[in-house]
Parts: sequence; structure tokens; C-alpha cells
Amino acid sequence: MERQCFMTFRRVIMAALAATAMASATLVPSSPAAAQTQPQELKIGIVTFLSGAAASPFGIPARNGAEILLESINKGSLPAPYEKKGFGGVKVVPVFMDEASGPDPISAYRRLASSVDFVIGYISSEHCLSVAPAAEEEQKLTVLFDCGTPRIFEDNSYRYVFRTTATAAVDNIAAARYVYSRYPNLKTVSGINQNYAWGQDSWKDFSSAIKSLDSKVKIDAAQFPAIFAGSYSSQISTLLAADPDVIHSSFWGGDAEGLLIQGAPLGLFSRSHVVLTAGEPILHRQGIASLMPSGVVLGARGPHGPLAPENKLDAWFSKAYADRYNTEPAYPSYHMAQAVLGLKAAYEKAQAASHSEHPTTAQVIAAFTHLSFETPSGTITMALGKGHQAVEPAAYGVTKVENGKVTLTDVKRYPVECVNPPEGIKAEDWIARHFPGAKNCPK
Amino acid sequence: MTAILVDGVVYASWIFLVSVGLTLVFGVLRILNIAHGSLYAVGAYTGAWLVVRYFQPGMPLALSFALLLAGALIAGLVLGPLIERLLLRFTYGRDEVMQLLVTYALFLILGDLTKLIWGVNPYYAYAPYSMLGNVSIGNVPYPRYDLVLIGLAATVGIGLWLMTNRTRFGRLMTAVIGDREISTALGINVPLVCTVAFTIGTVLAALGGAFTAPTISVVPGIDVTVIVLSFAVVVIGGLGSLEGAALGSLIVGIARAIAVHRFPDLDLVTIYVVMVIVLIFRPQGLFGRAEVKRL
Repeated sequence: MERQCFMTFRRVIMAALAATAMASATLVPSSPAAAQTQPQELKIGIVTFLSGAAASPFGIPARNGAEILLESINKGSLPAPYEKKGFGGVKVVPVFMDEASGPDPISAYRRLASSVDFVIGYISSEHCLSVAPAAEEEQKLTVLFDCGTPRIFEDNSYRYVFRTTATAAVDNIAAARYVYSRYPNLKTVSGINQNYAWGQDSWKDFSSAIKSLDSKVKIDAAQFPAIFAGSYSSQISTLLAADPDVIHSSFWGGDAEGLLIQGAPLGLFSRSHVVLTAGEPILHRQGIASLMPSGVVLGARGPHGPLAPENKLDAWFSKAYADRYNTEPAYPSYHMAQAVLGLKAAYEKAQAASHSEHPTTAQVIAAFTHLSFETPSGTITMALGKGHQAVEPAAYGVTKVENGKVTLTDVKRYPVECVNPPEGIKAEDWIARHFPGAKNCPK
Repeated sequence: MTAILVDGVVYASWIFLVSVGLTLVFGVLRILNIAHGSLYAVGAYTGAWLVVRYFQPGMPLALSFALLLAGALIAGLVLGPLIERLLLRFTYGRDEVMQLLVTYALFLILGDLTKLIWGVNPYYAYAPYSMLGNVSIGNVPYPRYDLVLIGLAATVGIGLWLMTNRTRFGRLMTAVIGDREISTALGINVPLVCTVAFTIGTVLAALGGAFTAPTISVVPGIDVTVIVLSFAVVVIGGLGSLEGAALGSLIVGIARAIAVHRFPDLDLVTIYVVMVIVLIFRPQGLFGRAEVKRL
């Protein structure tokens, strides 16, 4: 009897939960009308990791970048071509949301989208993949700012979704080109990558790009420890025993730092040439940057941070960030800058085209599509995904330790057409077909 | 082959250190403590913070180890009695689902408290790890620190076995594990035994964290990995069995080392494959005892 009562009670609870879920779903406003009213201010939902393992290396630097930019935009203190206050004179107000705020990113996105005019967000590729269709349903202009999976626009096309950074394939193609030209006698390549989509895709792109550049290079079995595994001693000893010429790793955050802490004293970084495609943030970590030895090939997921080209915007951004946060901006801050400035440029272009202070979402989308705009990392062009996906140049350098300070030397820059596949070709096909149409690649 | 053996034993030592507290707590309190990973994280943060704060280059290496040990003791001795007295004792004998929910809530609370106290930026306390240097085994360098971990795991294992089997408190604990009601009737101070046992479990979790801290970047999120691994090892060995945790760790360590060296793609699933195989043949784990359900 007691069990029966319990079962009945459980059913009641389940029914109540289901009813609540359905009620919540119907309560979420799906009309985009709110964005079309005449706003005194524009609210921008900004989604980034504010907690969890990705907060410190990515989420917080991205949020800091957004804060500095939006405050300066409202003051009108940005260098050209962004001197105009706000977005075309309209004040912008950030609404921050933690990307790790719950198990259901889609519901969280819908809640946020219902109360803001635009959304900028998402570091996790999984979140980008699941939020993009929701953005279409909500008809909310959403700018993906950091996630790397090429699948967003290679497998689908979206009207309301834009991504202002290049895909992760570009990082690994450029890394392969750098390694190939820097180490001409390359014979064996191995890797250590996290065992989830990011790590597996990065290794697949890098190893197949190397093979495409030189079919004689032997690709060893790569290591795939679990994400946040913490201890890599077995993998390190396996790599040391195999002694490959090059070791590729797309490790990020605490995992990249753990690899450095455990691998550097054992000579992992001196016996092989190690490539860290997302290693640049380590250079800004007081307390661990000193462990970084000379000779490590370092990437910043684009021409960011120490790999950024010299321009007034970068000089302003680096200084403003360092003055406020007492550290240099890492690449996630630059990715955020690209999203904020891209949206500002699109909004103001739409204003000019529509002769209205408050363009509609459709007008901003039209202006954003195929847009070219200036950023601290150079000119970004929305060239792929029918004008919704950015292409970027790439850059890699090698670490040099001098007087206890780590700098990047032998920096090579790869123009857009050398590392980005053309429209209509998937990155993995472009690699497999030996990069048709690639040009201006540095030797 | 040597490399597989060395890597296997090193990993087994680490995983034994971080999981033995979980099995001890389950053995005595009959609570599957999901917050075990959080206690590991608090130990890691406390140890790392002490090393970063008080250990300077040029100081004797032993001091850094003393600071790690102090970190584990402070974290364990403060949190253990507090959690057991203020929270867990109200869940004894209750439904397992309720106990899981309470310890899961504790896991979330401790995770946020950790961020409140230490922030989200990482702590680096690698001095003890790098200062010890390397030793060459079969032409491959290994950090001496790994040998320290092996020694520490062996010391903890032997110490716990001696405490359980050779001391008065150990016999009291065994009585409480056997039958809480009869132990109470016999005049054993069961609440005190529970508090002390949970505190020892907490110190062990914190010890695992503190001595892992020099090898990693201490960041939010390190608690999750550990709790999953610990559960797997403890289930393989048999919930509540010290010998089971030791053998389970060794089996998982060697199996994982074979995977890393020979089939790196399988690294992630090794521990779960071992768990499935063991549970098919011994659902109660290697050293677990099948329980008679009391009505």
C-alpha cells in the first residue's frame, strides 16, 4: 500500500513537472516584435562561461573584453572607425549570462533571447550547435563568438546566426603549414588531444593536413586522454618513448597548463617540437608562463594577442585591457571584440542604408551578411556560410625565453585564402583534396 | 612492458589515494558521498594556496610537503566534523535517494564555496613536483614525485589496514559496520565513531587533492573527474572494502596503462570496461559482500 502511495505520488510529481515544462515552453515569447520597437537602448545578451573549468581561460577574458568594449563604445572613446557613441548613437547595455548556468542551454538561450535585442555568445561548440536552430526559431540575431566547430555553417544555413571567428579547422591547417615549413626533415608526428569533439576534430584536421602536405610523414597513434583528466604521466611517458619529431595538442585551459607542468620537467617540450594550437593564454598566466620553454610552436586561434597585426585598434584594446585587468588580453578577448565590433559595424551600416536610427533586425542581418569590418586582429570578412561565417588569416610563432620573459619569434602569417576553404567546400574535403585554390602561402 | 608497469602503478597509487576515503565513508556510514570530489578539490586548493603563499625558492623541499600535508589536515579536520554533525547524521538510515540528493547538494555548495574563497583563476603549486627532478627507468624519464605518490598511497593503505585491524577504534568501527543497533546496545558511542570515520575519509580526500595539486593547474571543475573515477574504482573493489579499493586501483591502473601504450583510443573507456567485466561476474565488486536484505 505504502509503495502504491509512493508510486501515485511520484506520478503526480512527474505530471506536475511535465505540466510546468509545457507551460514554460508556451510562456516563452517567440515573437521578434520586441526587437523592432524604437529602443532608447539596445540590450545585448552576452553568454560566456562565468563558472566551471572554461571560465578562467576563456569565459572571464571574453567577458572582460566585452565590458571594456561596450563601456568605451558608449563613451565614444574607441579609435576609428568606431568613434561613434553606442551603436549608431544608441546606448548598448550588456546582459551577461553564464554559459554553464544549467544543463539545458537551449531553454536558457530562449529566456535570454526574449529579453534582449541581440545575443553574442557561446564558447562550447556543442552549445553553438544546439543554440543556432533555437536562434532561428526565436528569430533573434545571434553572433557566435568563439566556438570552433566547422559544422555550424558547413552542415546548415541560418538566417539569424552569424559567426565572427574562423573555424577550428583553420587553426590546424595553419599549424600543419607552419610545422611543415619550419621542420623540413619531418618524419613522424604524434599528438595528445582531449577525447571529445574538439580534440578529435583538431587532431583529424592537423594530421590529415600534414599528410596532405607530405604523404611520406608517418602519423603515429595519438593520445586521447579524457577532458580534465588531470594526470597525463602515462601519455607523456608513451610520447617520450615514441619520440616523434612533432607533437600536436589542442589542449586548453587547465589541461594545457597541466601538460606543461608535467611535461616540461621531463623534457617533453625539448625532445620533440610541440605545437599548442590554443596555447597562447598560458603566456598571460603569471605563475606558469615561466615554465614555458623555448621552441614551442604556439597558436592563438587566429591573429590575436602577441600574434595580432600592428594597428591602432589593437594598440588601444591591449592597453585598455591591461590597464584595467593588469594582464594582457588573451585570444578569447579578441574573439569577443570581433563579435561586438562586427555587430556595431552591421548595425551602423543598416542605419545608413535604412536612413533610420533604429533599423529592423532584417536590415541589420542584410548589413551583416558578407560584411567586412575592422578589429584589433585585422580586417574580418563574413565570406563563408552565405555571408554568415567569418574567414580569418592565421598566425603562428615559436616561443623564445629571454631574461625570464617568453616572447613569440619567427611569426608567420597565413592569408585568408591559404588556410580557409572556399565557399561550398567542407574543410575536411579541402584538406583531403590538397587545398585547391590556396594561394599566397608563405614558405 | 616496464613502462606499462610503472605507469600502471603510478596511476593506481593516485587513484587509490583519491578514492580510499570514499570507500571508508561508505563502509562505516553507508552513505555514497557524491561530495567526495569536492573535498578532494578543497584539499587541492588549500594545499596549493599554502604552497603558493608560504613556499619560496631556496626553502627546503620538505617544507613544501609539510605545507601540502597541513593543507589536507586543515581542510579535512575542519570540514569533516562540520559536515557529518550538521548534515549527514540526519540522513542515516534514510532512503539512498535522499542521501544522494543531500550529498549532491553538498557537492554544489562546496563547489560554489571554493569559487567564493579562491576565485576562478588557477593556482600553480608545481614547486614540489619540479624540484624533485626525474629518474630514468628503461630510458624513459619519470618524475620522482610519482614515486612519492606511490610511497604515500602505500603508507595510507597500510596505515588504514593497521588502524582497522589492530587498534581499538578499528574494532569499534568494524562493530558499527557490522550492526549499528547492536553496537549501540553494547555501549559503543556510535555517533562518535561515525564522526571520526567521516573525518578520516575527508582528510584522505583532501590528502589526495593536496598531493595532486603540484602536478596540475588547480582550477574549478577538478572535483567532477575525481568523483566519477573514485566511484568506478570503489564499485570495482566492492563498496566499503579497503582491500577492494587497493586491488581495484591496481587493476584499473594497469589496464589504463596498457590502453595508453597500446590502444590510446580506448583510454577513456578502460575503467568502465573493467567495471562492467567485474560487475558481470561479481555484482558486489571484488571484495564486496552480498547483503541480506532485512525486512
